[in-house]
Amino acid sequence: MVERNGRHRADVLVSCLHDRAPDLMPALEAEVKRHGLEGEVRVVEAGCRGFCSMGPVLLIQPDGIFYVGVQPADVPELVEETLVKGRVVKRLTYREPATRRRIPYYKDIPFHAKQMRIVLRNCGLINPQDIEEYIAVGGYQAMAKALTAMTPEEVIEEIKKSGLRGRGGAGFSTGRKWEAGRKAEGEIKYVLVNGDEGDPNCFMDRALMEADSHSILEGLIIGAYAVGAHQGFFYIPYEHTMAVRNVRTAIEQAQEYGLLGEDILGSGFDFDVELRLGARSFVGGESTALMHAVEGKVSEPRPKHIHTTEKGVWDRPSCLNNVKTLNMVSEIINRGAEWFASIGTETSKGTQVFSLAGKINNVGLVEVPMGITARELVFEMGGGVPKGREFKAMQIGGPSGGCLPASLLDMPMDYETLAEAGSMMGTGGVIVWDDRTCVVDVARYFLDFLRDESCGKCTSCREGIKRMLEILTRITEGQGEMADLETLETLGRVVQSVSLCGLGKTAPNPVLSGLRYFRDEYVAHIVDHKCPAGVCKALIEYYIIEDLCIGCGLCLRKCPQEAISGEKKEPHVIDPALCIKCGVCRDVCKFDAVGVR
Amino acid sequence: MPKLKSLDELQKLRQRLHKNIKARAETSTTITVGMGTCGIAAGARETMHAILAELDARSIDAHVTTVGCIGMCSKEPLVDIQQGDEPRVTYGNVMPAMVPRIIEEHLIQGNVVEEWVVGRVAG
Repeated sequence: MVERNGRHRADVLVSCLHDRAPDLMPALEAEVKRHGLEGEVRVVEAGCRGFCSMGPVLLIQPDGIFYVGVQPADVPELVEETLVKGRVVKRLTYREPATRRRIPYYKDIPFHAKQMRIVLRNCGLINPQDIEEYIAVGGYQAMAKALTAMTPEEVIEEIKKSGLRGRGGAGFSTGRKWEAGRKAEGEIKYVLVNGDEGDPNCFMDRALMEADSHSILEGLIIGAYAVGAHQGFFYIPYEHTMAVRNVRTAIEQAQEYGLLGEDILGSGFDFDVELRLGARSFVGGESTALMHAVEGKVSEPRPKHIHTTEKGVWDRPSCLNNVKTLNMVSEIINRGAEWFASIGTETSKGTQVFSLAGKINNVGLVEVPMGITARELVFEMGGGVPKGREFKAMQIGGPSGGCLPASLLDMPMDYETLAEAGSMMGTGGVIVWDDRTCVVDVARYFLDFLRDESCGKCTSCREGIKRMLEILTRITEGQGEMADLETLETLGRVVQSVSLCGLGKTAPNPVLSGLRYFRDEYVAHIVDHKCPAGVCKALIEYYIIEDLCIGCGLCLRKCPQEAISGEKKEPHVIDPALCIKCGVCRDVCKFDAVGVR
Repeated sequence: MPKLKSLDELQKLRQRLHKNIKARAETSTTITVGMGTCGIAAGARETMHAILAELDARSIDAHVTTVGCIGMCSKEPLVDIQQGDEPRVTYGNVMPAMVPRIIEEHLIQGNVVEEWVVGRVAG
């Protein structure tokens, strides 16, 4: 074999290594070795690609062949066919749900082709634990440019001009925040990274910390230079083990390469970062709560009459930014404010990463320009609602966001329009509901979550959410009264206006937006004692539609209560006395013969 | 790894490292080696190694990829070179010793080595 160094013919970029396929990497490496391909083909542990519903996925470069759902058992065939013989293994390629067409190349897959990746630019393309790969794709160039060729004021001006707004949820101008930090009085200042992602069903920040840790660090150094800070803190909930590992490695490598520490790249600027681990909680990502945690105190918010940019960690000026915000900073410095400002809408610039979850085909992460319509997001990138069911609404902004009904599908999504519609951008979590999702039940679920997560400091949030939850629970059990709706709205307004932090201020959103768009469904629960979506157990009864049942016996075998009886090829019957309304029969029936009333 | 002390050192490191991830970068030149059973038996693997070594030595920006049998088994190892929208040029019976000349004349000077060409496919 010819001796070579450095150059590989092909890179196999493996994603989804969380826990779905722990044996995939070793299997690939062993098989590559068995064929004598090492030194010619390299297997790279890359980060999340965002195509979560299809994992584990791998991309073979330079050909761009994309394989989905790869298991260790597929490895021998994959290596022999694709890496040795250069042939595509058809059965491992992506199949488009609507057309059942196989798409072998990554660039042709609609989920990918329609995206505009700025934040996720390196995700799944580099090994996040190797600083050299990040440098090879142009990493730390923006930091070098800022430190050696720009003044802090110029950096702030550039970020302000770009129109970048904080991607943590509130959408405050990043440039203005840095400017306030720069102007704040005090010799010692801090910059912080907010890696506490508290929304259930949201996973973009974690994925980014895992897949491109260095980009966040680079943005943080630029921010520190702009603000005039020499110490930074990277806050991550300790439960995100892979994110913690990769960020820790990134910090150590940056220190080793002289990109953190004293006199960075001979610029005379000193800066270092400490990793701070906390316990994951919903309120933990709130700026003052996070700063308390960094100080080693209980993570509870405080009133913000004085901004944290003036008095934050240990009462010193502190600038806190979300991981996605910092990740965008280096691209803005590299490509210019005009480039960034040309993407998106009038008030919301750049792109937004959405995490798609719930009743949607392509569960995962997508990055699109601000102002894209909800329809494009759900039906084009998301691949629509599974099993051909009907789209009912989508919840945006996590538990403290609100729902958007089908009638608003063509609304452009940016900070302002979403807020006007009673929802919010938040961190971009999207949960899609189909016609079998009950609005009251979902609101109850979110309030249950928020009740658990409320830190308890403000009476309005602690007690208000609890009372609202009690009312909702009563409605789902068929015990509601029409007066409850008014009480819910009044309570919601009180919780919104009296609570201290963002959690309390937004907690009633799921209920209020539900009442705004789906009041009929609440009324159906209260007046007719019916749950139109067939979810609330106290209000429904499962039955078999005689005309549709062919008597296949599938439901009979699957029923955990043995509540279904009937002869073969004759319509079956459900005994309501035995039925626990688990819905298994309805899910398994291939003929839609199980109804709910 | 000694600490980077200047912007210049960072730039140099980047240039050196960029070579390692060439397979992931865009390029307009693709060299395709026929790697069906017939190709492998005729020594396509050795030919491909020679191509990789030559590209590396001359720091040429090109992707090397493999395909299955093209159907011209007697002419294996077959090597295709495609540059931009130019027609794809196929060389036959490419032995490792022939690789430096093909790369020198075709990729660097831009002259197809006609005597070894067995076919052309429009791009």
